[in-house]
Amino acid sequence: MNCEEVVSLLHPYTDGELDLVRHLQIEQHLQGCAACAEQEQHLQSLRIAISSPSLRYQAPESLRARVQATMPAVVRKRSMPALQRATMAASVLLLVGMSATMGMLLSRPGSSMDERLADSVVAEHVRSIQVDHLTDVVSSDRHTVKPWFQGKLDFAPNVPDLSEQGYVLSGGRLDYLVDRPVAALVYLRRLHAINVFIRPAPSEEPKTVHALTRQGFHIRQWQQSGMAYWAISDLNDEELDEFVRQFQAALSP
Amino acid sequence: MEADERRQFELTTLPHLDAAFNLARWLTRDEHAAEDAVQEAYCRAARYFTSFRGGDGRVWFLSIVRRITFDWLEKRRSQGALSFNEDLHDQSDESANPEFVAIRKCDEATVRQALEELSPLLREVIALREIEGLSYQEIATVTQVPMGTVMSRISRGRSQLQQRLAASQEGGAA
Repeated sequence: MNCEEVVSLLHPYTDGELDLVRHLQIEQHLQGCAACAEQEQHLQSLRIAISSPSLRYQAPESLRARVQATMPAVVRKRSMPALQRATMAASVLLLVGMSATMGMLLSRPGSSMDERLADSVVAEHVRSIQVDHLTDVVSSDRHTVKPWFQGKLDFAPNVPDLSEQGYVLSGGRLDYLVDRPVAALVYLRRLHAINVFIRPAPSEEPKTVHALTRQGFHIRQWQQSGMAYWAISDLNDEELDEFVRQFQAALSP
Repeated sequence: MEADERRQFELTTLPHLDAAFNLARWLTRDEHAAEDAVQEAYCRAARYFTSFRGGDGRVWFLSIVRRITFDWLEKRRSQGALSFNEDLHDQSDESANPEFVAIRKCDEATVRQALEELSPLLREVIALREIEGLSYQEIATVTQVPMGTVMSRISRGRSQLQQRLAASQEGGAA
């Protein structure tokens, strides 16, 4: 690849959007070409300059309240005559009562444990970012976070340090997934939180990474050294994959 | 059934309220207009929720937000309320790969202003890529243009940003 081609692909390159072959070609070129390497450095410096978390506007609380208040009316708008609606409302009440009685176990018949775990992972992730309760122990030092779990869980989660790879540990949290307490680690990539849920795996057998998407969140699930891991974030697929690779590498001895 | 659908709708859209507001706020550059756009997006999304066939809720919802926001911009422009650099159409003949110069870490106000001065279509891709962290494919789906167009808008947006920031740093140093 010549310099012109390399420069024309620098943007997708820094965005991690190129196929592996071209990515490696450019990486190689940059190692040998000072001029192109400088261009890449400058592009990175621009990206750092515009990546301040405070540039992301947060929805005002008043808007959140307004949206939530109008939500039921919004969905009901295209619904049916009043009598039918009343019947519906009654059956909803009945359903609520039933599921409360039958409990978690029966509330979603037919769904596998993994399905329920995935639902739970999404729900806990959303809750952790919505109510501003990302972490119970706030620390970027894994030697603070790891011991914090002692006595709170019946297993000792590993807490890898990935700051050099660009994922800053923000802290840990005790959480609950479906049927048991789990460890939640929170890492930050630019403005994006990544929750990693850790629980003992049903078997010692390692499982490769399984990817899924729920409600716009990307999820990665795998098993390693007797532990089951769930990573979830609104980061894009490529960056989350990279995070998981680094996380796994840091776990293996 | 209805309650279930409502729950689905909430689960699909509510987690993306901040993302929606951030996009609308950057595009309109107006707090109230952004709030109205997001509220309107919820109404419209609810009406069309039956046509949402699962998949990425964030991308689906953001595409509704941006359509509403661009309608608003178009209306403002026809009223003559938008200035000259608020061209809503893409001019693709600009040189795509100007030299990049070193940018020092700049203060937030300068970055904010430089980003606000980009035309809406470039501001949009930069906000989605750098602030929201969307992939090219996701941006292409939100903005309904091919990947190649996303790529060229991103590179032009960054080029213009760096020109503005470099100029402000020279000015500041002098």
